This record gives sequence, C-alpha cells and structure tokens, in this order.
Amino acid sequence: MENNQYSAHLKRQMLLDSVFRVATRFFAFLVLAMLIGILVSLLIGAMPSIRHFGWGFLTSSEWDPVTEQFGAVVPIFGTLITSFIALLIGVPISFGIAIFLTELCPPMLKRPLGIAVELLAGIPSIIYGMWGLFVFAPLFGEYVQPWILENMGDLPLVGFLFQGAPMGIGIFTAGLILAIMVIPFIASVMRDVFEVVPPMLKESAYGLGGTTWEVVRYVVLPYTKTGVVGGIMLGLGRALGETMAVTFVIGNSSIFATGLFEAGNSIASTLANEFAEANGELYLSSLIQLGLILFFITFVVLSCSKLLLLQLKKQEGRSS
Amino acid sequence: MSTSQAIGSEKAIKVMSQSTQRNNAIYARRRLVNGFNMLAATLAMGFGLFWLFWILWTLLQHGLSGLSTDVFTQITPPPGSKGGLANAIAGSLQMTFFGILFGTPIGILAGVYLAEYGERGWLAPATRFINDILLSAPSIVIGLFVYEVYVVTIGHFSGWAGSMALALLVIPVVVRTTENMLRLVPNSLREAAIALGAPQWKVIMYVTLRAAKAGVITGILLAVARISGETAPLLFTALNNQFWSNMNQPMANLPIVIFQFAMSPYEDWHALAWAGALLITFSVLTLNILARWFASKNNSTH
Amino acid sequence: MTTNAIKLQVKNLNFYYGKFHALKNINLDIPAGQVTAFIGPSGCGKSTLLRTFNRMFELYPGMSAEGEIILDSQNLLAKSVDVNMLRAKVGMVFQKPTPFPMSIYDNITFGVKLYESLSKAEMDDRVEWALRKAALWNEVKDKLKQSGNSLSGGQQQRLCIARAVATRPEVLLLDEPTSALDPISTGHIEELIHELKQDYTIAIVTHNMQQAARVSDYTAYMYLGELMEFGETDGIFTAPKRKETEDYITGKFG
Repeated sequence: MENNQYSAHLKRQMLLDSVFRVATRFFAFLVLAMLIGILVSLLIGAMPSIRHFGWGFLTSSEWDPVTEQFGAVVPIFGTLITSFIALLIGVPISFGIAIFLTELCPPMLKRPLGIAVELLAGIPSIIYGMWGLFVFAPLFGEYVQPWILENMGDLPLVGFLFQGAPMGIGIFTAGLILAIMVIPFIASVMRDVFEVVPPMLKESAYGLGGTTWEVVRYVVLPYTKTGVVGGIMLGLGRALGETMAVTFVIGNSSIFATGLFEAGNSIASTLANEFAEANGELYLSSLIQLGLILFFITFVVLSCSKLLLLQLKKQEGRSS
Repeated sequence: MSTSQAIGSEKAIKVMSQSTQRNNAIYARRRLVNGFNMLAATLAMGFGLFWLFWILWTLLQHGLSGLSTDVFTQITPPPGSKGGLANAIAGSLQMTFFGILFGTPIGILAGVYLAEYGERGWLAPATRFINDILLSAPSIVIGLFVYEVYVVTIGHFSGWAGSMALALLVIPVVVRTTENMLRLVPNSLREAAIALGAPQWKVIMYVTLRAAKAGVITGILLAVARISGETAPLLFTALNNQFWSNMNQPMANLPIVIFQFAMSPYEDWHALAWAGALLITFSVLTLNILARWFASKNNSTH
Repeated sequence: MTTNAIKLQVKNLNFYYGKFHALKNINLDIPAGQVTAFIGPSGCGKSTLLRTFNRMFELYPGMSAEGEIILDSQNLLAKSVDVNMLRAKVGMVFQKPTPFPMSIYDNITFGVKLYESLSKAEMDDRVEWALRKAALWNEVKDKLKQSGNSLSGGQQQRLCIARAVATRPEVLLLDEPTSALDPISTGHIEELIHELKQDYTIAIVTHNMQQAARVSDYTAYMYLGELMEFGETDGIFTAPKRKETEDYITGKFG
C-alpha cells in the first residue's frame, strides 16, 4: 500500500519533469519561430509589391506615392552610405577608446570610464535624433559645413561629395550621429577581446623592446582579429537598422542625393515617416518590402558577426 | 649536414660582424609614432566622453526648464495651450509593464532550456544563434511584424499591440542574461540537489534559478531600460493618442509624443518634448546603473 | 670572459606590490657569461626578482622597486634609463611559449626591426642565425612562412628563444622556460642553455632543482622575499651553508 503511494508520487514527479522540459523546449522553439514568423509575415505583406514591381523594385530610384511608382534604390543607398560613414568615423575612434581603456587608463578610472562609454549606448535613439536636429545640426551648418564646402568642394575626384546647401542636416550628419551611437558597441567589444589577450604574450612583445603601439598593432590586433571584425559587424548591424536618430536628421527626401550634405532617406526613416500615413495596398506593401530588405541585410551582417565571434571562442578554447 | 653547418657558421660570422650599434634614428621615429598614436587614443576617449556630456548637458539645459508638476498631471495639449505628458507617461508605464510581463517568463523559460537542457541536439545552438541576431535586429522591423500579425487582424492600433512589440524586444535580452547567469551556477550545486533525489524541474526552479536570481533580475532591469526608450516599434502598433486611453485603443507614450512634438513647429510643444526627453534619458540611465550595481553587488557576495 | 666579471649587480633591492613587501633587501652579483639559477618555493619572489631586471613589472600599477640594479655601470631602475632600450638589451623567455600571431619568419624579425634597419639578405641571414642558435633551423627552414602557432610546444618555446636571441641582447632572462614542456623538449632547451651561455649572461628561474643543478653555474636560493644563499651551484647543492637551503634542496620542505 505504502509502496504504491510512493511510486505514484514518483510517477507524478517524472510527469512534471517531462512537462517542464517540454515547456522550456517550446519556448526556446518560440524564439526560433519568431524569426521565421517575422520573415514569413513580411514576405506575405510585401507580396503585392513584389508581384507588381518584380526585380525592378531593387533598381528603380523613383518613389512617388501619387503615381504609385516605388523603387528601393534611394532608401537602400541611404541606409548603406550612412552606415558606411558611421563605420568610417566610428571604427578608428572605438579602436582608440579600446586602446585607452586597456593600455593607458589609470586603473582607478577604468571602471567609471568603461561605464560612461556604455551609458552612451544606453541613451535612447530618439534623444540622439532630437539633440542632432536641435543642437548639433544648427552649429554644424553654421560653422563647420561652410568651411568644408569652401575648402573641399573643389577637390578633384571627391569634391562633388562636399557640395550642397549648408543646412546642417543631411546624409553626412545622419552618418556622424550614427557613428556616435555605434561607438559604444564597437568599443566595448574591442575592449573585451583585447582583455582576453594573454598577458604573457603582451609581455613577450614588450620584452623585446616594443612600444605600446607596436604591441597593440602587431600582437594584440592580429591575435583578436576575428573578434574585432565581429564587433565592427555588430556595430554595422546596429547602424543599418537605426531608425529614430536618422529620421530626425537625414532630411527625408526621396530624391537621389549626389552630395553628402544633401537630404536623403534610409529604409528605416522612410518607414518611420510614411508607414502610419500610407494609404493604398501597393504603397503599404512597398514599405513592407523595404522592411523585408532591411531585415535581410541586417540578418546577413549580424550572422557574419556572430559566426566570427564564435570562431574566436573556438580558437580560445584550443589554445588554452 | 657538414656543408650546411659550414654555411651556417659562415652566416654566423657575417651576422656577428654586422654593426651592433642599435639604430637611434629608427628608435626616435618609433617613439614618435607611439606617442602620436597614444595621444590619438586618449583623444578618442575624450571624443566619446565629449558627446556623452554634451548630450546630457543639453538635456538638462532644455529639459529642466520645461519640468513642472503640470508635466505629470496634465494630458498632452493641443498647440498653444498649457498641458503636460501625464497620459504619455502612463501609457509608457503600462506598455512597458505588460511588455515585461509577457516577455520575461518566455525569456526565462527559453533561457532555462538553453542552459539546462541545451547540451545536445540542434535546437539549442540554433536558438542561441537566432536569439543573438534578434538581440540586435532593427526594432522597426519588430514593429512591422506586430502590425502585420496583430494590428491588421484586429483592424486598429492599440496599447496591446505596443506591449506585444515591446515584449518581443524583451525576450532576447532575458534569454541571453538568463542563460549566462545559469551557466555561472556551479554544477556541484545542481548535483547536490539531484543527489537528494529532487526531480530536475524542482532543482531548476528552486535551486538553480534561485541561485541565479540576482543575475536574472539584472537582465530584466536591462530589458526595461532597453524598451523604455524604444520609439520605432511603437510607431505602427500603439501609435499615439491625445487623450487618456485603455489598452485596447491607440495609446499615447513618451517616445512617440517626443517625436511628434519635436518635429512640430510649435515652441511650447518643443519645451514639453525636451522635458520628456530628460525624463526618459535619466530613467533609462538610472536603470542601467542600477542593473550594473545590482550585478556587481551580487558578484561580490559570491 | 673571466668568471669574475660582473654583468648585473643588484644592490639593496626592495620590491613592493602595493603594501606587500615582496623582495627584501636583495644584494647579488650576477657573473657575465654564466648561468645563474634562482630557486625557492612558490611565492618566494624569484620571478619577481627576474622581472625587475627588464622592468617588466612597470606594466602593472601598484608595483615599485627601490634600490639599484647596475647593468654596464648604469642603474637600470633609474627613470632616465629608457625602458624600451633596456628591454632590447635584456631579452626574456616566459613560462609558456608565446609565439606572436604571425609567421615564424616575422616572429624572429619583429624584435630586430624595432632597432635595426637591415636589407632583405641581411635579415634572412639574421633569421637563419637566430634559428640555428635555438637549434630550430633544420626543423623549420622549409616553413618559415607558416604561422608560429603551427609548431609543437617545444618548438614554439625554441622559437621564442630564437626571437629573444635575434635582437642580440646581452642578458637573457628565462622564467621557468620548461615548465609547460615535456621531458624531451625540456632536454633540448637545457642543451641550448649550455650553448647560449658562451655569448650571453643567463638568469633562469626554475621550480625544478635537478634542472638548476644541471644547467647553472651559480644558484641563488630565495625564501619569503629574501635571498637566503647564493654561490656556485656545486657548493649550494653539495654543501649548503644554511639549514633552510639544505631542507629545500633535499625535499624536506617546499
């Protein structure tokens, strides 16, 4: 009798165990399903536009809600060029910050400065946008841009990039603000991977008489190469999908810009500006298709980043 | 062998006869390069801090003057009249609350699976990979997704849709921290509980998760910080509302009100937008610091 | 070279990790062209002492050395001494092999390029010379472009020795160079130490007393930050003057 009760209890526990296991497994699967759900729902939403425009969507630079002619070239180009500017400015600065935090910083300041950089990542993107529009752009347009236009506008080959009205806002400003936003992400990944370099390896290079720069450039950087690239890709993923900061300062023009100081549009800013007011199935589905393209681009970039960082982890596992 | 040794010794003589004088010109140039680059690194650090302080300073400068009790008691005004942000603040709090409420249990359970059952099979590595991608995926696309599957289905924007979008942003953050924190729990603790004959679900719920509690809470705090500043996913889900609303109607929320007011040409709306920006930023930064403090406190007691 | 010539003269050296007094009033003359071994239990300060000879400790905050270490009639602890120049003169090899993440060839030239501008041919000669010195040439001469990480542990450590030798330092510091190696590789390295002492003054820290007996001419026994006994290796091992030294050497303690 007692034995029976005992085994009933055991059975119940085993049942609960498997229920719990299946439940957690279900939710893990749900995360996977989320990705698939996003892809499928966007694909369905974009179907009318895909049917109507075909591949032409990717090659047309026309974006006209009145005549219902839609092409993705301007927003895709805007997204890519602003992200490129962001990396061009952000990567060297992040590298400098990581060197400072790992090699130069007095130990007392290490933690507070590290946190300060991470707080920069915590500021909501809408604040960057507002600050960019109201504070940065007017100053930039009044003091910096005229000087650049005057001195670099006539340069051979690259001069055309530096033309346009000194309005403060535009593609370049959007790229610069994105740079400030991605710096904390890239800098903290770089700092973290620099810190896993075995001290003995660095000491060996110092022991031969190397300077701090030489140790970082020839030993630390090659050793952490994959991690550094992974961090940069992570920053790129962030920059590509950033919405609010860009929407405030890019100028929102769907005409193809020829200079960096002209107004433009990114995929995310087009969505933010037009989606809630879009009427007509084709208009809406063209916007959804833009979202799908954005998701696809960031998915590829973030996957590369993740794979590189995983590879670094494996390497570490081998050498230790 | 003997010839190669002979060549070797010939070379050795040649090498030993090379001037032993270390070249000072090279060294001087290297020092210059090093000095220059280290200066550049220090300036880069200053560059980063410069923006942080400039932005915070701007917020204080413009935001403090707009802060008054009206901000917390009055609802968003039409242009030209007095008002506050009360309905937007309430909307943000509600949606954040429900976003966390929906997202956290899903995130924790998925994180438990990855940490406790995820040694074998394809599901765990695949989920881990996808989760890290969702962690950095553009939030505006999450908004589009919820629009497609929920807003379109029920036919109107609503607070619930906003909460759903936020919940989807919470999940990856919580999954990641839960898994990381559970992995820090020593295996000996699990083994000790299992050795007492406890079933695995009890071990996880009452021993492992409890040991990792502080870390999981840190993750939730970080998730709150992440979603309370998010604007893009609310654009096509919660939309906005000039008045008080329930969760089933379009709902006012701080980020979108800031967006709308800042983009408008009205001075008094700008002032309210700055006040809202100040509120949001300092809440988010406080949450960030709180989370860090909580995490470090927990680390030091172990 | 006479055995009496002094290469490194340590005078009243005290070392602190923050408040911890890690080296207490060390006085020691390290003879030129000889191998001097430092032995003692873990934490006795032998590695710390070695790391003052090239001021490696300065990489870390909170560490300070007081006193003098005279190298070529100059106090190398003086602020006026350029630390990079010093490290070019005093080479070091560590507990574990530390090949840089680059080719075998570039590993060797890294240190050379820092201070000398050599033609391609001269550099090739230097690389071959250094690798021969480290008894590694025959094993790697056909794969100089391969990564240093592709070598076995023992080969990697010899690569590190070659790298240190290539800059032609005057003093070579070896910090437990065989602690991560198998007995055969250890044997190779010990033979190498014998060869190298013709050209360099060598200071070696080791955990392994047999190794100290095998490779060194002089031995210093350290305990709790103090230099207990210093003298010719034969003397230390056959007739230690102090009880503590004898206890350690005979394995009664340590």
